[in-house]
Amino acid sequence: MSQYDFPDARGHFGPFGGVYVAETLMAALDELKAEYARAKADPAFWQEFNYELKHFVGRPSPVYHAKRWSELLGGAQVYLKREDLNHTGAHKINNAIGQALLARRMGKKRVIAETGAGQHGVATATVAARYGMECVVYMGAEDIKRQAPNVFRMKLLGATVVPVESGSKTLKDALNEAMRDWVTNIDSTFYILGTAAGPHPYPMLVRDFVSVIGEEAKVQMPEMIGRQPDVVMACVGGGSNAIGTFYPYIDVPGVRLLGVEPAGDGLETGRHAAPLASNAPVGVLHGSRSYLMQDENGQIIETHSISAGLDYPGVGPEHSWLKDSGRADYVAVTDAEALAAFHDCCRLEGIIPALESSHALAQAVKLAPTMAKDQAILVTLSGRGDKDINTVAGLMGLTL
Amino acid sequence: MNRIAATFARLKAAGEKAMIPFITAGDPHPNLTVDLMHGLVDGGADIIELGIPFSDPMADGPVIQRASERALVHKVGLRDVLAMVKTFRQSNQTTPVVLMGYLNPVHVIGYPQFARLAADAGVDGVLTVDCPPEEAVELSAALEAVNLDPVFLIAPTTPEARVREIARLARGYVYYVSLKGVTGAGNLDIGDVARKIAALRQFIEVPIGVGFGIRDAETTRAIAGTADAVVVGSRLVQEIESATPETAREQLTRLVATLKAATR
Ligand SMILES: Cc1ncc(COP(=O)(O)O)c(C=O)c1O
Repeated sequence: MSQYDFPDARGHFGPFGGVYVAETLMAALDELKAEYARAKADPAFWQEFNYELKHFVGRPSPVYHAKRWSELLGGAQVYLKREDLNHTGAHKINNAIGQALLARRMGKKRVIAETGAGQHGVATATVAARYGMECVVYMGAEDIKRQAPNVFRMKLLGATVVPVESGSKTLKDALNEAMRDWVTNIDSTFYILGTAAGPHPYPMLVRDFVSVIGEEAKVQMPEMIGRQPDVVMACVGGGSNAIGTFYPYIDVPGVRLLGVEPAGDGLETGRHAAPLASNAPVGVLHGSRSYLMQDENGQIIETHSISAGLDYPGVGPEHSWLKDSGRADYVAVTDAEALAAFHDCCRLEGIIPALESSHALAQAVKLAPTMAKDQAILVTLSGRGDKDINTVAGLMGLTL
Repeated sequence: MNRIAATFARLKAAGEKAMIPFITAGDPHPNLTVDLMHGLVDGGADIIELGIPFSDPMADGPVIQRASERALVHKVGLRDVLAMVKTFRQSNQTTPVVLMGYLNPVHVIGYPQFARLAADAGVDGVLTVDCPPEEAVELSAALEAVNLDPVFLIAPTTPEARVREIARLARGYVYYVSLKGVTGAGNLDIGDVARKIAALRQFIEVPIGVGFGIRDAETTRAIAGTADAVVVGSRLVQEIESATPETAREQLTRLVATLKAATR
């Protein structure tokens, strides 16, 4: 098998990716690219990154055999990669630390971020506090309502949370607003982008920082079961936890990669946020070319998902490439399926998963019974569900 | 000579600079756009920049975001914008029209197809804000194949090597973004812009327009002292916001007239 070597020098994954931004940002992206190339070749950078992951985040995160659940499903054994146990409760912190270290190398004292579920906002606020940086987080007004605990956490950590009232008031609009801030404060500010999307070099560097998930699993799975899993799965919003899980496995033959998107009310209703699974057309948004939910005029469609972190009309360009090249498959599960898996995970395994991660779990619920008992599925449990308890209570007709 | 080149040649002979107003197609209502375009010309507009509404206008400040939102209430798409230009052309064959917007509405039509439709409608140039030269090879080729000008941005942050590259690719004119920020921002430094334009002249042969943050005749006059064209957008959109459908055209004509006077 030929070595997988993407993106190319200009950020392209086949026909996807690239640098589609206004001219004002080009120099800053070139600078970031150059600084990352230097950092990448600097052992001291990775030494510090790994030190932070170990001592601040608490890595490595364990792989856990969900035994009761597997037995009940009656097929493949389900293993969970426990990113929920990270400091701040999700995989987002891995990327936030990597980018904050880059920001520090570049002498930037102010960081900004967009956030959907609030996990990336919390991660960014956390590292900003840790490194003594000013932090501004843009968050859709709609998401501020659904993720109130995370908003308060960011404030406790000293960040300023700016509600975004434009458009659909969700993640994509927060990203627009963060870009507007960046273009205005380009000299002082580092934009810590929270997912494997955006203009080059973001999809690449986010992937590299989050790949610690797959790197660890690649060592842990053989320790546990004597071999690699048959299927590796993760939920896909912008695609960071999924690419962080998949990337180290791309060159491993026999391991199926499966991304799970949010089908919302159902793909057939149009109320979803699954550009890959729904075969959306290719488009250009937020700096890169990728599959994108849009209408016939090229306007971005308002998406729907029970989970704020997956409620995004686009997807990181590398996932579009993995789909087209056939290396990964993408499916979608509905709000209802994700919610059922959320409750199962709580009751059967004693783990409250994030609603985002519950999508990947729901797919495991569908897939495991179709597989043999000696087969193994690794699911990245991207985050914990503490932030979601208000949403879930609301759906159960309760107020906390 | 295409309409853009002819316009700059005429202005040069007259010792004037170009006044380029920007409005968003479909704002406040698609039925009014052609009329407003004629109103801009009545006030002395030399070139019209016509905004293509987009759901996610990342490079725009709140004023032009709202213009897009108003147009999108009426579902104004790029094909509708082209139809407006075509109607405008029925009674105006001289004023260049440059479409300005984001890449996705163009991308969804397909570059060669879009270029043909735009040429057929009487468009003269196209500026896609989120498509820097690196990604513009196919679009530029499609535009040039039908004699449309790809217009590029240059920013205060653009280093010299990029300026040289943009100079090589630019057709019609280049658009110098006068500040670090979004459209309609208020941190314009006139002295800084003048120095920058002088530096750009070393490399750039096509005319240089300046926009972002220019709001009044006084600033227009100052910028016109060094640039070849002055672009005013957010201020005009605000005028539309403050007008009624009945008064919008007249208000735009009056405002453009004061701005045009500052370029003479
Ligand atoms: C726990 C969790 N999982 C997944 C996601 C989705 O992001 P991505 O697709 O980049 O992993 C989020 C985003 O907020 C999240 O908080």
